[in-house]
Amino acid sequence: MDREIRCDVIVVGAGMIGATLGIALASAGVRVAIIDRLAVDTMTAGPYDGRTTAIASAAQRALEALGVWPMLAPDAAAIDDIRISDGRLEPGATEARTSLLHLHFDHRELAEACAPAQPMGHIVENRFIRRALFTRLAAMPTATFLAPAETARITRDNAAATVVLADGRVLRAPLLVSAEGKFGALREQAGIGALQWRYEQTAIVCVAEHEQPHRGVAHEKFLPGGPFAILPMTDDPRTGAHRSSIVWSERADLVPALLKLDDAAFAREFAQRFGSHLGAVRPVGPRYHYPLSLMHAERYIAQRLALVGDAAHAIHPIAGQGWNLGLRDVVALAEVVVDARRLGLDIGGTATLEAYERWRRVDNLALVAATDALNRLFSNDLPPVRLARDLGLAAANRVAPLRRFFMRHAMGAVGDQPRLTRGLPL
Amino acid sequence: MASTVDAAEVERFSRIADEWWDESGKFAPLHRLNPARIGFIRDRVAAHHGRDPLDFGADGAGPLRGLSILDVGCGGGLVCEPMARLGATVSGIDASDRNIGVARLHAERMGLTIDYRAVPAETLRDEGARYDVVLALEIVEHVADVDLFLACCAELVKPGGVLILSTLNRTTKAFALAIVGAEYVMRWLPRGTHDWRKFLKPSEVARGLRAAGLTVEELAGIVYSPITGRWRIDQHDLDVNYMLLASKPRS
Repeated sequence: MDREIRCDVIVVGAGMIGATLGIALASAGVRVAIIDRLAVDTMTAGPYDGRTTAIASAAQRALEALGVWPMLAPDAAAIDDIRISDGRLEPGATEARTSLLHLHFDHRELAEACAPAQPMGHIVENRFIRRALFTRLAAMPTATFLAPAETARITRDNAAATVVLADGRVLRAPLLVSAEGKFGALREQAGIGALQWRYEQTAIVCVAEHEQPHRGVAHEKFLPGGPFAILPMTDDPRTGAHRSSIVWSERADLVPALLKLDDAAFAREFAQRFGSHLGAVRPVGPRYHYPLSLMHAERYIAQRLALVGDAAHAIHPIAGQGWNLGLRDVVALAEVVVDARRLGLDIGGTATLEAYERWRRVDNLALVAATDALNRLFSNDLPPVRLARDLGLAAANRVAPLRRFFMRHAMGAVGDQPRLTRGLPL
Repeated sequence: MASTVDAAEVERFSRIADEWWDESGKFAPLHRLNPARIGFIRDRVAAHHGRDPLDFGADGAGPLRGLSILDVGCGGGLVCEPMARLGATVSGIDASDRNIGVARLHAERMGLTIDYRAVPAETLRDEGARYDVVLALEIVEHVADVDLFLACCAELVKPGGVLILSTLNRTTKAFALAIVGAEYVMRWLPRGTHDWRKFLKPSEVARGLRAAGLTVEELAGIVYSPITGRWRIDQHDLDVNYMLLASKPRS
C-alpha cells in the first residue's frame, strides 16, 4: 500500500472548473489531488479550445482572492455595455435587419451600487485561463496535479472514495468531485439521472477582426437560427487588429454546410449576421463547432461524491453564464468543505454534501430554466412571437429596475454570496 | 493497521454504527448539535493554549495538535472523531460496550486512531491518567451522583488544563423544548431520553466543579434556530442547552 496517496479531496477533471476548485481548496490548506486524462500542454495549446469565457465581476473577485486574476488581467477585455437586439435575415440582403426596439445595458447605470463604475465582466480566451490556473495550482503546496493520468477504476463506499490509476497508483479521500464536464462518467456511475435534451443548434465559434474598435460593447443578436454573440476581445498583440470573439448559434442541420464553405463564402455569411456597425469585418482563424444541449442532474451529490460545473448542469451559452455558474458551485463547495474541515467534521459526509447541494440547486435551476426559455423565445421567426419579444425588450429597456435586475444577474451578484465571490479569503 | 476488533464484533456493531453515524437518522439531533459544540471546544481550547483555532499548521496537523483529550460518555464517537481530525490525541470512554464497539469500528473505517474503552471515569482516575482537556457532553444529566461525577472529571484534568461540559438547564423552557418539543412533538429523541428532574442549573454544576478545585471561566448557551435548522452559541440565553468551560490551576 506504499503507493497509496491519501488526501482530503480528489477532483476528477482539470478543466477551468476543476482547476479552480483545486486552487480554492488548496488556498485553505486542504490536501487536494486533481487528475486529468490530458497533458497540461495539450490543454493550454491554441487549437485545443477556441472558446472564450465571460468572467462576471463576482467570479473575477473570486479569482482575485485566489491569486489568479493578476495573471489574466493583461489578456482580459472589459465588457462595459451589452446590447441585445432582435434580428432577421432576408434573402439577398447583405446584413441582418435588427429591430429598432432593443435592450441596452450600460454598466454606469449600476455605478451607485458599486462605485466607481466597474465593467460588467471580462472576456478571456480559455487557453489563457487554463494557463493561469495551472500556474497558480503548481505554486500551491497542498495541491497534487496528476496529468496526464488515466483512471482504471473509481469506487466509493461509506468511508472514502478510491481512485486507481492505470499506472497502479491509488488515491484515497473522503470526498470525490466530478468536474468532468457534461459528458462525465461519474454522474451516471453514481446512478444520478439528468434532465436533458439537445438543442437542434450548434455553436460555431471563431474570432472576428473588425475595422473599428469595439469600445467594450458586447452584442447579442437574436437571429432565427439562434443567438449570435459578439464579445469584445483584446487587440491582437502582434498585429494590433481589433478583435471580437463570436459565438454563432445556428440550426444544427445548416452547420455542416457552413463549415465547409470556402473562406470568401463563409466570410459573406458571417458578415451578413455580424452587421456593419464596426466597419469591415472578417472571420479569422479556425472555425470551431460545439453541439448545444441542456443537462441538469437530478442530484448534485451521492455517497462521497459531488458534481460541479457542467457535470451538474450544462446550459445554453445564450447568456454567457455557464462558467460563472460553475464557479459559483466551486466557491460554495470549497466553503462548505473548508468549514467542515475546520471543525474536524467529515468533509465528504452527508451533512457537508447536503449543505452544498441546498446552496447551489435553486440558483442553478433558475438559470437553467431562464437560458432555455430565452433561447426558445428568440430562436424562431413566428410574427406574433417576434412582436411580443420586441415589445418585451423595449419595455424592459424602459424599466430601469428590471434592467438593473438583469445586469446584476449578468454580473453574478445575486443569491447568498460565498466568501470568495465577496472577495474574501476562505 | 492491525485491527483490535474481531469479526463477530464487527458484524454486531456495523448495523448500529450505521445508525449512530447516519446524519439524518436516529442520532440526527446530535449531528446537528455537533458544529456548535465542536466550534466552542475548538475555539476555547485553542485560546487557552494561545493558538489560532483555524490554523492547521504547515503540516496540516490541526489546531489541537499535541493535546490530549478525554471524552467521557463518548457514545459512538461523534465528538472524538472531529477532535482527532483537529490534531488531538483522543481517548473516549463510555459505560456501554455497544457504544465503544461502534466507536472503534467507525474510527477504524475512517482511518482515525482513537483510544476507546468501555470503563467508567473512575477507572481512568484510579489509573492516574490525566488530560489537557476533559469533555463531558450531554452526560451529567444521566449520571447517578452528580457531585461525585464532577469531582472525578475534575481530577482527570491536568494542572493547567480545562474541562468542558454541556448539558440541559432545569427551567420550564427546557421542559417545554427538550422534553415536550424534542421527545413528543418533533420526535427527535425517543421518549424517556431525558428526565427533567435530573437537569442541572448552571449554578449547581459550577458549585460542584468549584468544590473539586476548578475555576469556572465561561458559561454560554446553545440555541436552536428553527429557521436555519442550526444550533449556535448564544452568550446570554442559557435557558435550555448550555456549555461550561472550567480550568484547573497550574499547580
